[in-house]
Amino acid sequence: MLRNRELLHPIQVLGIAVLAIAFMGADVDARFNKLGHQLMCMCGCNQVLLECNHVGCAYSERMRNELTASLERGDNDSLALQSFVQKYGNTVLSAPTSSGFNIVAWIMPFAVFAAASALTLWLVRLWKSRPVAQPVAHPNLGSDELDALRKKARQETEF
Amino acid sequence: MPQIGSFTLLLALALAVYSFVAGALALHRKDDRLGETARRAGIACWAAVTIAAFALVLAAFGNDFSVAYILHHSNRDLPIAYKFAALWSGQEGSLLLWAWLLSTYGLVMRLRYKVDPQLTAYASAIVAAVQVFFLLLINFAAHPFGLVTGSIPPDGNGLNPLLQYPEMVIHPPMLYLGYVGVTAPFAFALGALIMKYPGEKWIHITRRWTMVAWLFLTCGVFLGAHWAYAVLGWGGYWGWDPVENASILPWLTMTAFLHSVMMQEKRGMMKMWNMWLIFTTFLLAIFGTFLTRSGVVSSVHAFAQSGIGIWFVWFLAIAFATCVFFFVRNRETLKSEHRLDSLISRESSFLFNNLVLLVACFAVLWGTLFPVLSEWVTGSKVTVGPPFFNRVNVPIGLFLLFLTGIGPLLAWRQTSWDSLRRNFLWPTIVGVVTAVVLIARGMKPWQDSAYFYSLMAISLSALVATTIFGEFWRGGRVIARQQHISIPSGMVQITRRNTRRYGGYLVHFGVILIVIGFAGLPFNQDKEQELGFGDKMQIGNYTLVCQSYTQDDTPNYSSEWAVLDVYKNGKKIDTMYPERRFYKASEQTSTIVANRSRPNEDLYLVYTGKNPDTGRPIIKAHVNPLVMWIWIGVIVVGFGTVLALIPNWKPPKVRAVEKAREETEAAVKRGTVEVGGD
Repeated sequence: MLRNRELLHPIQVLGIAVLAIAFMGADVDARFNKLGHQLMCMCGCNQVLLECNHVGCAYSERMRNELTASLERGDNDSLALQSFVQKYGNTVLSAPTSSGFNIVAWIMPFAVFAAASALTLWLVRLWKSRPVAQPVAHPNLGSDELDALRKKARQETEF
Repeated sequence: MPQIGSFTLLLALALAVYSFVAGALALHRKDDRLGETARRAGIACWAAVTIAAFALVLAAFGNDFSVAYILHHSNRDLPIAYKFAALWSGQEGSLLLWAWLLSTYGLVMRLRYKVDPQLTAYASAIVAAVQVFFLLLINFAAHPFGLVTGSIPPDGNGLNPLLQYPEMVIHPPMLYLGYVGVTAPFAFALGALIMKYPGEKWIHITRRWTMVAWLFLTCGVFLGAHWAYAVLGWGGYWGWDPVENASILPWLTMTAFLHSVMMQEKRGMMKMWNMWLIFTTFLLAIFGTFLTRSGVVSSVHAFAQSGIGIWFVWFLAIAFATCVFFFVRNRETLKSEHRLDSLISRESSFLFNNLVLLVACFAVLWGTLFPVLSEWVTGSKVTVGPPFFNRVNVPIGLFLLFLTGIGPLLAWRQTSWDSLRRNFLWPTIVGVVTAVVLIARGMKPWQDSAYFYSLMAISLSALVATTIFGEFWRGGRVIARQQHISIPSGMVQITRRNTRRYGGYLVHFGVILIVIGFAGLPFNQDKEQELGFGDKMQIGNYTLVCQSYTQDDTPNYSSEWAVLDVYKNGKKIDTMYPERRFYKASEQTSTIVANRSRPNEDLYLVYTGKNPDTGRPIIKAHVNPLVMWIWIGVIVVGFGTVLALIPNWKPPKVRAVEKAREETEAAVKRGTVEVGGD
């Protein structure tokens, strides 16, 4: 029994190590893909780093290698991105951060949406509350008037 | 040729100035004869700009490198089609194309003046004012016939390789037809406001103009997307580049206008709103040009940048001030005739549709200009790229898709809850079943927000498609009962009887197909690998085997390409040839993508170059699901728009009744028939 345990131990360790390496590799790939889409290529092409396809681009290959090295070092996402910001400046990030003035970029579209929705609802209520037209005093209309009303009704409801 | 071109451009400017000044004076003095001379000057202006455009094209065909523009955008070995495309491949030429298209729209307007002589006279003067701006620009800031100083080189610098693709021959003119086409409804709207035009006739007159401009802009935007997909070789079709964004800004407001204008036509509501929508669309079209030309934001379309941005700023300021002035002066004529009867009505769905479209427009504009704002406020520039636009615009787009589904189910004025429940039942069931099936087949929306949005997009598309089919079905069934014909025949007939409504539904259906194409985006795969002879690459269900790689040489370019056999499930299904070209005149390289497009997915191969150490080609492969549906959707949108432009067909009985009614009315007017009687 003890012997068995002694034999199993290295197999378990090996198994765990293989799984860890495999999953770590998969994780690094996924993180590389995720972070590579959060960075811009700095060659001036205005493309996301992983989408820069310039033949012989002087930046993208180097930047991809830097990202790989950062992930292999064990840097977390924030640290990896921060190292790029320090080296290349704020414009290396493909979207504004959610801190400082940059947060305005994220808030504003939804704030405008909320404000416009509130305005529209208010407008609808206002229009609804306008006085309703009173019934006409003399319902006996001439044929021309009736024709005109039918035409208007058709126009307003046909679509 | 350059002398003829220069002279005719100056002549065109003089004619446009005359057309504007004389036209405005004639309207002020109510002098019809002077107005007629202004109209004719406008027509002559078209002739002059046409001659100038021809002169530039002929200079390109004749390899006249004494013209600086031709020297910089053409070369002797450039194929004929691309020499023609050289007209819009650079700043000066594209502005000339803009001026020509504008004068062509002006020509059509001035020839069809009898539709409404007074309103057309106003619109013609406004178009002439816009023409004056562009012709001033061409004559004094971006002259296409500028001559080369010193000795004339024997050959030109050639056309930008990225532009040497068949779609580039039609994409810019389409886009410009859309941008420029906005001027016509703008001119009619402003004219109607200035003359305090009663009623909705100006809306009827401009509806076709607006739809035509919208169609061209739609085609232009998506041709640009297809060009990016087929040429740029990054595996995508939309990069949220500022210039791309600039093209959808007026598209969004024009789409809003095409919807809200129905409220004005039907109920006499939203007159001020519609007026401002069309003003905004025009201003955004000009603003887009400013963004493209000024370099105020960095863009991949940097080849179009120059220092003429300030001209556009001034023009925008003047145009905006003019709109505000006349709006403030004459806004009394734009009062709404009706009230809104219910929140659950077609009117309120249009209101919310407009709201969402405008918020989307704002979000795109905001993201495009935020780098400038950030630099101004904090002194530090930031990048606003695809992650921002996707995160902000996708939820907005999904909400709009939802409204597209419920809008047609609502009646004008008021809809009862019962009717809404009845009409909504099947579309909701179809939408929910679609979501369940997708999850059962392996889509995991809880894993990533992109998967969630994709699931929502496809489910909502199914919901909207069901509502559209329901509309055709219900209409077809009524006709089928009346005329004892089959329901499909009834559906065809109801479409012919109300082309605008059912053409609109087809446009919505096309939009659904486009959304389905977008929904495949989160499932894209890509892989890059060096491939020698016989080497294999596995991506998705495909195995690529490199059979060979070779070279070719033409007078215009030399090329390298790989021959790759494609296997799926062990069976050879195709051979593909991704290519890389080196253009001799411009000394630039470009990729020619090999794309195997199928309804379920595209296999998209790019020859990215050779490894300098091993000499072996590097192939980048992408598997992009559902992309084909985007292009099919655009074709359906185009078909629906054309259908909506066709006048309604009337059955013989209806025509006979209408004819009898018209004859009776005419007789009553003549006094030969007595109305009423015993």
